[in-house]
Amino acid sequence: MNQSDRQRVVVTGTGWVTPLGCEIESVWQALLAGQSAVGAISHFDASTYPTTFAAEVRDFDARQHMTRPDLHEHIGWSASFALAAANLAWKSAGLGATNSVDRERTGIYLGSGEGTLDFDNYAGTNINSWDPDSQSINATQWITTAHQRLDPHRETEQEANMALHHIALDLEVRGPAYNCLTACAASTQAIGEATDILRRGDADVMIAGGSHSMIHPLGITGFNRLTALSTHNENPTGASRPFNRNRDGFVIGEGAGIVILETLDHALKRGANILAELIGYGSSSDAFRVTDMHPDSRGAVAAMRGAITDAGIAPDEVNYISAHGTGTSENDSVETRAIRTLFGEHAPHIPISSIKSMTGHLIAAAGVVEFIVCVLAIRDRIIPPTINLDAPDPECDLDYVPNEARNADVRTALSNSFGFGGQNDTVVVCRFDD
Amino acid sequence: MSRRVGITGVGVISAAGLGIDALWDAVVAGQSAVRRIERFDPDAWETHVAGEVRDLSVSKIVPKHYRKATKIMALDIQLAVTAADCAVRDAGLTTPGTDVDAPRSYPGERTGVHIGAGLIAADVEELTAALIEARTDDGAFDMHAWGRDGMNHLTPLWLLKYLPNMLACHVTIIHEAQGPSSTITCSEASATLSMNESVRVIQRGGADVCFGGGADSKINPLACYRQIASGRVTDSLGDPAAAVRPFDSDANGTAIGEAGALLVMEELAAAQTRDARIYAEIVGFGASHTLGDPAAPYDPPGDGRGLKQAITAALRQADCQPADIDLIIPTGLGIPTFDLEELAALQSVFGERAAGTPIWSVTPYVGNSSAAHGAVAAAVACRALAEQTLPATINCDQPLGSFATATAPSKPADLQHVLLFQTSYAGQNAAVILKKV
Repeated sequence: MNQSDRQRVVVTGTGWVTPLGCEIESVWQALLAGQSAVGAISHFDASTYPTTFAAEVRDFDARQHMTRPDLHEHIGWSASFALAAANLAWKSAGLGATNSVDRERTGIYLGSGEGTLDFDNYAGTNINSWDPDSQSINATQWITTAHQRLDPHRETEQEANMALHHIALDLEVRGPAYNCLTACAASTQAIGEATDILRRGDADVMIAGGSHSMIHPLGITGFNRLTALSTHNENPTGASRPFNRNRDGFVIGEGAGIVILETLDHALKRGANILAELIGYGSSSDAFRVTDMHPDSRGAVAAMRGAITDAGIAPDEVNYISAHGTGTSENDSVETRAIRTLFGEHAPHIPISSIKSMTGHLIAAAGVVEFIVCVLAIRDRIIPPTINLDAPDPECDLDYVPNEARNADVRTALSNSFGFGGQNDTVVVCRFDD
Repeated sequence: MSRRVGITGVGVISAAGLGIDALWDAVVAGQSAVRRIERFDPDAWETHVAGEVRDLSVSKIVPKHYRKATKIMALDIQLAVTAADCAVRDAGLTTPGTDVDAPRSYPGERTGVHIGAGLIAADVEELTAALIEARTDDGAFDMHAWGRDGMNHLTPLWLLKYLPNMLACHVTIIHEAQGPSSTITCSEASATLSMNESVRVIQRGGADVCFGGGADSKINPLACYRQIASGRVTDSLGDPAAAVRPFDSDANGTAIGEAGALLVMEELAAAQTRDARIYAEIVGFGASHTLGDPAAPYDPPGDGRGLKQAITAALRQADCQPADIDLIIPTGLGIPTFDLEELAALQSVFGERAAGTPIWSVTPYVGNSSAAHGAVAAAVACRALAEQTLPATINCDQPLGSFATATAPSKPADLQHVLLFQTSYAGQNAAVILKKV
């Protein structure tokens, strides 16, 4: 589609459930204050795991954030984050008490993760049906045990389309509904694709974002076996160290974020409060290796270049980058190289930060939470810091806004998300100005 | 507007065998590939039948330098990789996956991948072999022992076998597809939504060629249990080939299935320039969400409203009237509530005209292949358009309502437009219209 034919897309609502809380303003203040949400894992007994800490969502009452609690009796942990964030975003967009939007023209695009496995009962079922002689599962014993131990309601809530289902029901939304699960890039991709749907005119309003929790016994097992997680067990709040030369892996978090996106015409017509304009989206694949990013960071460069081209701006118009910045050795140096490659001489002049230093890595939900941070940075003209950055890495030699928030007139921000497995997505958002 | 999109290759592996020819032969002959489960002993289970794939040999089709990676491919990933290989060869395209040395047909940056996927269950034997290493003296699982040592019995890359985006990941690597890529996880609607993603990406200029479709396997204890728990499977005590009965009064549930199915979609002008065989043009698509009745929110409400919205959007985009449609391919799971929902949607879009338009479903042949399902059906639709032949309808001896198509053999037909749609467990809908070129 020709850029001039397409609809402009604006952000009119935000909501999130993060390890730092569920209120936009209080979480934002905590991020600006450099507060870490990382602590000992409480969801299960991880005391002997290589990693014993995470950034967990605590004191969260899902039922407070449902329009119709009776519809969500069996909702899973991650989907309940998404539903809460959607309700918060919906209200913040001024849509809570009105029927002013056409529900058939309102869609949902999420990058949400799967349900949380009922590990104790699943492990018990497997162990109970293990036949030591044949070294295999006895299927008769397995199904008999499963019927005794597994909860059928919980098990049918596991597929990754359940957050969509609950949001659609709760907010009575009937438009296009998609869930993409592209690992750590998912919710940025969801925002980008939702934007495309609006630009085409296939919907007026899109509920976009994602949710995820992998803080469960097999999730932490999987990442520990990959040696992807930090093991600074003695210092949880100091463990997430993006761009630090002593970084040793990411810190896992959980949560959700949702934004309400609308065509500009629709937002103006209903007198919505416009928070920012979404002007660019780029998407690419590394197509290199399952475990590694391409050393020339070709995928990351392609996603950022795609987003800037799509936005129709010059690279030096970008004045804040919300980095993927996971705190793994590989990501932070590859991302730094990608920014250098794309922005050249301008690169050292762009403030870059990673809030993962405070919230941990929300996996599929990371992108949308960081996108909301970009919207707030534009609104308040201030950039949140990268904390725990006390020992700069010579390979990471850009301006990462170390340790303290900084006032800056952010007009145009770029948010990166790079998924394990090679999916890369970048969105560009700017101050709304008609 | 703009860039148009054609389907130039179909790749499918299903219970009917490897490749579209095997599936096409089965649907023309009216021969179901639903059989008694062999992967585990189903005697004590609520269902005994499934559409099991039995011709899978992924190491044969993966380029030599990448063969080691097959060790970390769960079955779902193997199905996707196999379908991609079939599709790209069927399209007559060259990629580093088909020939490392030959020049590729399209640049890697202009090649996209959109693969619908389900939740991948960990290999239960592999996992349990590790879990039993962490037990207390009385045989119960011991979390402390697991954290200390037990987990080390899993291979370091264990997690990577089970991330849903690994289907697309391996396909992008093998074919060096560096364009946009996604993994849609909307159960039965996944493959059709993924095809829609490919269309949007090509139309907006993000790529010139895309793989779109899905792959999924639910034939393992945990996934089977979940299907049983949701009340969707047939009790299948009789002939397995007659077990799945979409739109038949005797339908009592679906068969669990597995498949990989990907279509090669190309920008139409580029496909014509290279003289590609074009099965069909994708002229319209639509998506929507069904709101279940609050009393039974996972079941469709029976009014067909959600599906109607997706179908109507697809017709509008295709600039088609219902009268233009020559063949309708619904999900057709053989689950009464879902079948009735689909018939209600057709009734409200087509009115009595639906009685004259053939309705056909792939489910009785290969079972419910979930995230692959829409692309398996689309592969048959492509072939039906190419052959100008209606596949055989089976297992519908007493059609529900006035316009479900009764059991009938395959026959020649004038096919110009095919409407294909899927409705998922939990409410997502997708519709697409294929037009003969």
